[in-house]
Amino acid sequence: MLRLLHLSAPLLARSALKRKSFMSIILFFLVICWRAAASIAWAVLLLPPSTAIFVILSKFSVLHPIQTISECFSMLTSATAIFSFILLCGVIIMVGFLNFEYYTVIPTIACSKIALFGQLLHPRQLVNSLVHCIMGMIVAWCSAVTIGFRYETLGHPCAQTDGYHQMCLNEYHLILLLGGAFVGFSHSLLGVIHNMNYVSFHTVQQYKYLRFKGCLPLVVKCSATQALYSVRNFIVVYYFLGYIPRTWICKTLNLHLGSSAHPLDSIAGLLDLSLLYHLWISATFLLFTWYITLLLFRIFLTEGYSFPVQSSFTEDADHCLPKVLTEKQPMILKFLALQDLALLSQHSPLRRCEVFSLSQPGGHPHNWNAISKECLSLLADLTQRLVAYHDTVATNGRAKSLSSGSERKTSSETSDFMSPRPTSPLTAPFTPDLDSPFMSPALRRLAAPVEQGSPWYGTVQSPHIMRRVKNFLAKRVLIVYLFNKLPEASSQALFADSQAHIWALEGLSYLVQASFSEDQFGVVQTTLPSILSCMLVLQEAVDRHFKLPHASSKPVRSTSSMGDSTYKTLRFALRATLKTAIYRITTTFGDHLNAVQLSAEHRKRLQQFLEYKE
Amino acid sequence: MCSLALFPPPLPYGQTTVCESNNELLSGSSTEDQLNLSFPRESLKLHSRTENSSKAAFLDHSETLWMRSAAAWRDGGLTGLLNEITNSHPEVPKWLSMSSGCILALLQWVSSFHGSLFPHLTLSSEDMIAEFSQVSDCVVRAFAWHPHTDKFAVALLDDSIKIYNPKSATTPTLKHRLQRNVAVVQWKPLCASALAVGCQNCLLVWHVDPCSLSTRYVNSGHVQKIEFSSLKKCQKNSLSFTFNAVLNFLVWDVAAESCVPLQRVGGGGVTFLSWSPDGSHVLASTPSALFRVWETRMWTCERWPCIKGRCQSGCWSPDGSRLLFTVQDEAVIYSLTFTNTPGTSKGPHAAVVVADLSETTFSTPDGDIIVGGEIQSLAWDPRGERLAVLLKGDPRAADRSPIIAVFKTRVSPIFELLPCGFVQGEPGAEPRLMQFHPNFRHGALLTVCWSSGRITHVPFYFLSASIPRLGLSGSPTLPHVQERPADFANQSLFTEFIS
Repeated sequence: MLRLLHLSAPLLARSALKRKSFMSIILFFLVICWRAAASIAWAVLLLPPSTAIFVILSKFSVLHPIQTISECFSMLTSATAIFSFILLCGVIIMVGFLNFEYYTVIPTIACSKIALFGQLLHPRQLVNSLVHCIMGMIVAWCSAVTIGFRYETLGHPCAQTDGYHQMCLNEYHLILLLGGAFVGFSHSLLGVIHNMNYVSFHTVQQYKYLRFKGCLPLVVKCSATQALYSVRNFIVVYYFLGYIPRTWICKTLNLHLGSSAHPLDSIAGLLDLSLLYHLWISATFLLFTWYITLLLFRIFLTEGYSFPVQSSFTEDADHCLPKVLTEKQPMILKFLALQDLALLSQHSPLRRCEVFSLSQPGGHPHNWNAISKECLSLLADLTQRLVAYHDTVATNGRAKSLSSGSERKTSSETSDFMSPRPTSPLTAPFTPDLDSPFMSPALRRLAAPVEQGSPWYGTVQSPHIMRRVKNFLAKRVLIVYLFNKLPEASSQALFADSQAHIWALEGLSYLVQASFSEDQFGVVQTTLPSILSCMLVLQEAVDRHFKLPHASSKPVRSTSSMGDSTYKTLRFALRATLKTAIYRITTTFGDHLNAVQLSAEHRKRLQQFLEYKE
Repeated sequence: MCSLALFPPPLPYGQTTVCESNNELLSGSSTEDQLNLSFPRESLKLHSRTENSSKAAFLDHSETLWMRSAAAWRDGGLTGLLNEITNSHPEVPKWLSMSSGCILALLQWVSSFHGSLFPHLTLSSEDMIAEFSQVSDCVVRAFAWHPHTDKFAVALLDDSIKIYNPKSATTPTLKHRLQRNVAVVQWKPLCASALAVGCQNCLLVWHVDPCSLSTRYVNSGHVQKIEFSSLKKCQKNSLSFTFNAVLNFLVWDVAAESCVPLQRVGGGGVTFLSWSPDGSHVLASTPSALFRVWETRMWTCERWPCIKGRCQSGCWSPDGSRLLFTVQDEAVIYSLTFTNTPGTSKGPHAAVVVADLSETTFSTPDGDIIVGGEIQSLAWDPRGERLAVLLKGDPRAADRSPIIAVFKTRVSPIFELLPCGFVQGEPGAEPRLMQFHPNFRHGALLTVCWSSGRITHVPFYFLSASIPRLGLSGSPTLPHVQERPADFANQSLFTEFIS
């Protein structure tokens, strides 16, 4: 825990500077760090059983089952086993810490191949890969020691012709170590490609144990298949390049190549079934322990947290839902607050009652005002983003010249129901909006230096000069390949943080529905026109967006990967939730909505919903 | 306890139930209504149901082993491939055919072991649908009212689905290559267009634009496909979408196309699923003598082992606080109560018998009629005032045909069941499916699908005793209908007192 606090200090210091509020840091520590630490502790606790299974599987021989068991027992109680187990615990803690350091609730979506390379070659990512590489090697060393047999040591005494004993290189040990490093490295690379650091929230709330139990088969399957692919790739690499590390090791450690056995970077050497099995089982063990750590981290982090709606003590006011909702950093707290809002609006009448209550003294509906204002501004923000994107696409990329016009247009459209808010600069068409308040700190750090330091980010954002340069370069095939926009990626990037909007829509619509019978003071009625018009404007923008090419094409689903691909379908979820939210309000209020003040256009649109024709 | 002996006797032969008015069921000869539909079996172009491929129509053509293996893998999976290899002796080496034969035998042995644990798994998917689905031989395979408007969807025996809307002249027809053996159709609540169809091997979600004028949707882009093997039934809620598989209970988020499996030991699949109207609970019955009630906030479940058989059918009161269910081979209706605050208090410890529908003989001018026995399905009207019970009857005995018994019910302040009467159709027609209209303003409207292929609507006109829902409709403007004080005071009836 102490180590955690120490290591996450920079992140906290940055957010503290921004907000000048100390209380939410405390909340951050209380909730998030505690959860991360608990997940790591559980991962360490789960290590002994998984290690035991690995030992049994790695030493199993069909011909001597009894001998296997006795060997396993003697192995598990030996000193080297205990030492390697402590090493493994250290690795798990490190993996857990890296998960905590690199996680994001808003996925980073690379909109072109070059952007993906930019992500892969970013210094922060390189550090991550290097650490994973080393940890992979450590785990592989542990498994080599555990398997024993011919894998145990790097060097072994071998007799030369003159009877003089000297140390020879044990290539089996080396290949296992290199295999571990390779698997660790590819794990880190795949993490970027599959957005493995993205933490998604589930629609279905479940207890932690049940969710873990439900996901366990998937983790086993994923680690086994991924290990298979990684080992295959490793063998190909080792076949061609294996001699480089071998000669290097021999030189530095002054070892000799054993002359008796054939070298392993030959077809005959690699076609050793036992070797392949041990490579695969140790890679599976490595990935399994890491995936379990990741899974536990995700489960602990996304568990619902119940914020108090209001507090009778002023010092606790910063921990209350309306306050946390309006905070911008850290993002995870905002997401948890929105999730809590969606759940309370749906399930708990008592807490809804607090939302609808009036302040004492004064009689102002502060809670409802704060919540509805924040939700509406989130939705208005998305509307603005969609309209701006649509305008950019319609004008074929001439974004800058039109930006002011489009912004003015949207603000005039939306200003009647929302307070003016510092609008973010126009979303660049091909990259995620870096200035958006929804950007995670991790992403900001990840993206900012690349943007300044390298020319390609600027090119993708297409200012005038860069576009000319790009046109010139675009004739080269490689450049076309690199710079070509990935289909639907820009659409995905646009909706990357839509989980927040989905919760805002759910929370608002359920609260409005409940207000029909529960709102004693008519608090909600005052905001009903703005809620309706905000949703209808968003509905129009979303409908227009889905008419664009690639926006409504379904992404390919990958099931056998630990990467969470929920973000690929967020836009469909948002569209469905939006429609359901409007229907929820219209079904509850029915013809009473005719008494709500709305513009003629919105009234027409609402009539469609009242007649179930949308 | 309410029993069938308290019911007024069934109608004489040739009379059909038209409606309930002034607290009694009125009968008459068959009436023609624009919403009453008829689908005679002859009008449908039925395809042969036993053949599910057109293989037999083509001549055998000699292909290479490689091609045949690929085709077998595509059609029959691993088992098909192994079969193909085993059966092509001269072309493959002997050791290969031998080993694939051994693997095949091993697989069959394992699957037979699996099947002995869960006997229903050995059934083919058609048989499984026939066994567990609510409908068997009827022309209308499934029926669903839209939860908010007056339109409904009808799945027919020729695997097409028609959507009827009294306000529009077009009746869209939905057809899809994968839409076979439709077991259930269900509209998405709070949505105008989405219709979920549970078929033999997959779940289809159609998006039928209510404003569109097109009448035929064939394999078109309006469908979203969720493929799953051995699917039987599906139901959906506003956001999450639940359907069952052989051993899993999955919650689907249709829009995001993500699913969460909810696994529990025991039972072996889900045969019947029913959401409570407020979405707080789901009843899921299994093929064994066990059913579960899930609470939808944290998705935990209560196990309810039955003594005799599996849970056959169930329905929820409007506020989701009471569940009525029936058990296979039993002629009683059980009741369970739930509190709406999950976690704070435990549910009930045992189910209460609220009605006994064992066989009762009525003497009519046409002779004695035996009514009662096993219960096929239950339906409760959305206001909780009428409960329709479809009695299975005995297909072998002529005088014991299926019949619908209707109860008057009250949910609050105490739960009450009063007899109302029997709903009968044309002579020879047996009720197969029934569903209440979700928002009929003048009382309750029961839609019944008959074995003859007719769909009729039986209105029950009454003034709602409960608080008018949402206060929008006001009091229903009924033509000469007055609620008469019930004169059942001298009869014994089921009343549950709150202790």
